[in-house]
Amino acid sequence: MTDMTTLPGQERYVAPLDETPLQDVDNVDESAPASSLWTDAWRTLRRNPLFIVSGLLIMFIVIVALFPTLFTKQDPNYCVLENSLGKPSPGHPFGFDFQGCDVYTRVVYGTRTSLSVGLAATILVVLIGTLIGALAGFFGGWLDSLLSRVTDIFLALPILLGAIVVLQMFKTNGSIWKIVLVMALFGWTSTARIARGAVLETKNLEFNTASTALGSSPSRNLFRHILPNSLAPIIVIGTTSLATYIVLEATLSFLGVGLPTTTVSWGGDISEAQTNLMTNPMVLFYPSAALAITVLSFIMMGDAMKDALDPKSRTA
Amino acid sequence: MGKYLLRRVLQVIPVVLGTTLLVYALVFALPGDPVKAMFGDKPVNQAVAAQIRAEYHLDKPFIVQYFIFLKNALTLDFGQTFAGQPVIDEIARAFPVTIRLALMAFVFEAIFGVIFGVISGLKKGKWYDTVILLVSLLLISVPTFVTGFLCQYLFGIKWSILPVTAGSNPGFIDLLMPAMVLGSVSMAYIIRLTRAEISSNIAEDYVRTARAKGMSNGQVMLRHVLRNSLIPVVTYLGQDIAALMGGAMISETIFNIHGVGWLTYQSILKGEGNLVVSIVTLLMLIFVVCNLIVDLLYAALDPRIRYA
Repeated sequence: MTDMTTLPGQERYVAPLDETPLQDVDNVDESAPASSLWTDAWRTLRRNPLFIVSGLLIMFIVIVALFPTLFTKQDPNYCVLENSLGKPSPGHPFGFDFQGCDVYTRVVYGTRTSLSVGLAATILVVLIGTLIGALAGFFGGWLDSLLSRVTDIFLALPILLGAIVVLQMFKTNGSIWKIVLVMALFGWTSTARIARGAVLETKNLEFNTASTALGSSPSRNLFRHILPNSLAPIIVIGTTSLATYIVLEATLSFLGVGLPTTTVSWGGDISEAQTNLMTNPMVLFYPSAALAITVLSFIMMGDAMKDALDPKSRTA
Repeated sequence: MGKYLLRRVLQVIPVVLGTTLLVYALVFALPGDPVKAMFGDKPVNQAVAAQIRAEYHLDKPFIVQYFIFLKNALTLDFGQTFAGQPVIDEIARAFPVTIRLALMAFVFEAIFGVIFGVISGLKKGKWYDTVILLVSLLLISVPTFVTGFLCQYLFGIKWSILPVTAGSNPGFIDLLMPAMVLGSVSMAYIIRLTRAEISSNIAEDYVRTARAKGMSNGQVMLRHVLRNSLIPVVTYLGQDIAALMGGAMISETIFNIHGVGWLTYQSILKGEGNLVVSIVTLLMLIFVVCNLIVDLLYAALDPRIRYA
């Protein structure tokens, strides 16, 4: 599109035939490796600034989560009441919270908690959701009706509500697995729906009929052909889910039913900082900002993945 | 249409039964003794405990309890709270507050979401499109409770233009900030949805045809692009009414609004099983009914759905 005047929305430009050298179209380089959905997606991703920015951010967040000692030499649980709500000072760039703990150190160490809870919940949700969705979509019939109704039932119960009810009951048991399991218990529904749709769509494609004609068993078809070809939408929702679960964990910790108070977490720290919001808003600001940046990175990554893997829904 | 309607209504029944059973099982069948919770810190008097158990049918098998609950719920008898108040009274006090809050949030997100989405979708690539997109991404990324605290600090404490908390009988001004906080995330999603719809519809063949026939730009936008783009937005909004009522828990807790969300949270903390089950059942019914209405509306708007 060069100097043509365009109407709003008219963004496609089709070159007239005489401008297109035909031999360029015909000369396909046969020796080049075949371009699969994944190599194609990777090529799209590499050029997407959204992907580069979010990728770098996520890399940084993962490094902080894996090696917190690279960023701070202090112990997040070393708190001196004397320093309560102290102003930032050399070595303590974010100041101190009410208990006199170093806010910067706690923000650094909270990364690991948020990331591992989000990641574990996402992996579980993707596994459960894909399994249920794939079974429903692949076998159809009564199994599909049954699984779809079960999905509807869990979908009608808001995840926050369900999670609070269950977590409140097991309040005494303070491990991060409890919260991961509860989030997975109520969170698998959207993945199941998407997996079912993807499998249904892939099931009727020619390569699957061909594979059946060549004598593949249904289970071989499902695992070797259908699932790998249905992965794209599942990966997209997985990336976005990760952001959702990080927020949910923080929300639950904020409501006091999430992680035990002994675990260093952004949600818990935000909840605690809330009591001194009037006088020391910055204590609340830092963990909130860390949380928001992490969630933002994964949402941007999800958007970029969606653009690359689902050409039908390109947003840009 | 009649057949479709009947099928959708029939599909709802097992979902309603299943979800109430799920909620009931979560609250009453899991470990933890509700009678013990009632006594709180006081020692349990066995005779009184047995009497309470009989009164609440806790001595009967779980599934029998569930059917008794279902039968009573049909006549709007949800039992009593620990303090002896009828549950229905508590709910009747809380619901109007939350309905007011959810409606305000709904109007806020619908108006601003669609306006910004349309502006952004029509003028893709302009600087204000970028700003709108960034702000909506930010709103989605920042958890509601953080947005709530931030607004509370800025508008309530620093500039004191809006009340910090709402209290038990809030008016329009009290609910303004909580409603905006509650609706902010959905507003961001509506902006993104509207923007995507507008920008994809604007490149459709029928738009070119309408233009070729000599329709003015404004007419094309209003009659064709906007109308087609808003169908998914309306669907989203319809489903969001119920989600807003359920999601009010966070904003009601932060701003101390005595609505359904606040009541639910309090009763979960206190172990008031009866209240929790009743509220969640009602919320879920609202959710299912809203979804049903949206589906029917959608089928009326788009004939392709009915026959699928």
